[in-house]
Amino acid sequence: MDLKTALYDRHLKSDGKMVPFAGYILPVQYKSGVIEEHMAVRQKAGLFDVSHMGEVLLSGKDALSNINYIFTNDFTNMKPGKVRYSPMCNESGGVVDDLLVYKINDEKFLVVVNASNRHKDVEHIKKYLFGDVNFKDISDDISQLAIQGPNSEKILLKLAQQESIPQGYYSFVEKAKVSSIDCLISRTGYTGEDGFEIYMKNEDAPKMWDMLLKAGEEYGLIPCGLGARDTLRLEAAMPLYGHEMDDTISPLETGLDFGVKMDKADFVGKKGIEYKLPVKRKRVGLKVTGRGIIREHQKVYANDKEIGFTTSGTYCPFIGEGIAMAILDLEFTSLDTKLQVDVRGRMVDAKVINLPFYKRSN
Amino acid sequence: MSILNDRMYTKSHEWVQFLEDNKARIGLTDYAQDSLGGLVFVNLPEEGDDVTKEVSFGDVESVKAVSDIFSPVSGTVCAINEELMDSPERINDDPYGVWLIEVKNISEKTELLSADEYEKYLKEEA
Repeated sequence: MDLKTALYDRHLKSDGKMVPFAGYILPVQYKSGVIEEHMAVRQKAGLFDVSHMGEVLLSGKDALSNINYIFTNDFTNMKPGKVRYSPMCNESGGVVDDLLVYKINDEKFLVVVNASNRHKDVEHIKKYLFGDVNFKDISDDISQLAIQGPNSEKILLKLAQQESIPQGYYSFVEKAKVSSIDCLISRTGYTGEDGFEIYMKNEDAPKMWDMLLKAGEEYGLIPCGLGARDTLRLEAAMPLYGHEMDDTISPLETGLDFGVKMDKADFVGKKGIEYKLPVKRKRVGLKVTGRGIIREHQKVYANDKEIGFTTSGTYCPFIGEGIAMAILDLEFTSLDTKLQVDVRGRMVDAKVINLPFYKRSN
Repeated sequence: MSILNDRMYTKSHEWVQFLEDNKARIGLTDYAQDSLGGLVFVNLPEEGDDVTKEVSFGDVESVKAVSDIFSPVSGTVCAINEELMDSPERINDDPYGVWLIEVKNISEKTELLSADEYEKYLKEEA
């Protein structure tokens, strides 16, 4: 039985094409379609219901040592009000999930995880908890909206005071207010664009949705579905669990070195990651040079030799080209290497290009 | 959703219009293009290739996904719509005006639906 988010009726009202995703029924697109929604986020603004994401709280004297042990990044010198990205690994050095850590204070952290991994993540974290730490899964009480795109701040400023709006990228305001609604706002997102993620109680979500859409109308804000969320993150080369990462791929093979601090004290997965060093395969960007569209989980060849697999791929609306990410044997990862991808039995030419495919200019 | 009376339909959402000399044109229905969303690539056979009824002869790709196109008839491809190579979105703009391939020497047909039957079928599916 798939769950509805607090905004289910709003999605139907906006002609959302509803599909099951990660245990929820969510819109893959609205009336305007993936391409238009994608372009709105790049050029104006888009509003996403991401209430399916999981939120857990870790608090107590040993909360910091716990997250430093269970996640691969280092949170020791993090300041309250900041957000930090991290993979979370299993003991063999594969990725269980990637997540965001919000430091509320020295003894309280909010951790945001992928919807499809929520239950697995909760079990994984619980298994390693030690000392004075409280763990609470608050996902079912929290709704999350993402407003993304260059006009996001202007829209939010119509409804919120300046002090409710986080200024630095990857920072947040814990006790923010949008109109009369209490919420947490972070300057984060999964689109490669400036924008905000807003966390609030379920009962406040429909009102928040309506207010934002109305305030955003003059700035070109439209509701956006899961389809555009995926093409946007792919264009920005942001990895997704189950694609660029999984239980068998080391985060260093995905190129997440910045989120894996090998020099910190022992952490779950450290030995497993070390065992795979130096990495023998690596994530790269591919651009289609032949005819066709490369998708995920397709085999990649160089001179008839299988050298890896694609992890995500699509036609990217903003760039206007077929692109993909792939994990390839190291010797085939240099720029401009020519490759072929088996697209349902047909070989499509491609070459290695730099990641990300898209980077915002400001 | 528009459905025209001048042609026949398949349950897999292709349309077929029979021409003179045992030829037919094949395209995608309005329902098909709407469900697929903005099309970004069309993969078609070449002139001279044989197609078989109920067997895929190509595919169309939207940003979201790829879908097979099934042939309503068996025969030989005698023309492909070259304009779709560069402008697959033309199918979204005008699904009944834009055809994919033309087939000659038709030897077999799948079970085809009239416009009324297709409309009824869509309602049952919904």
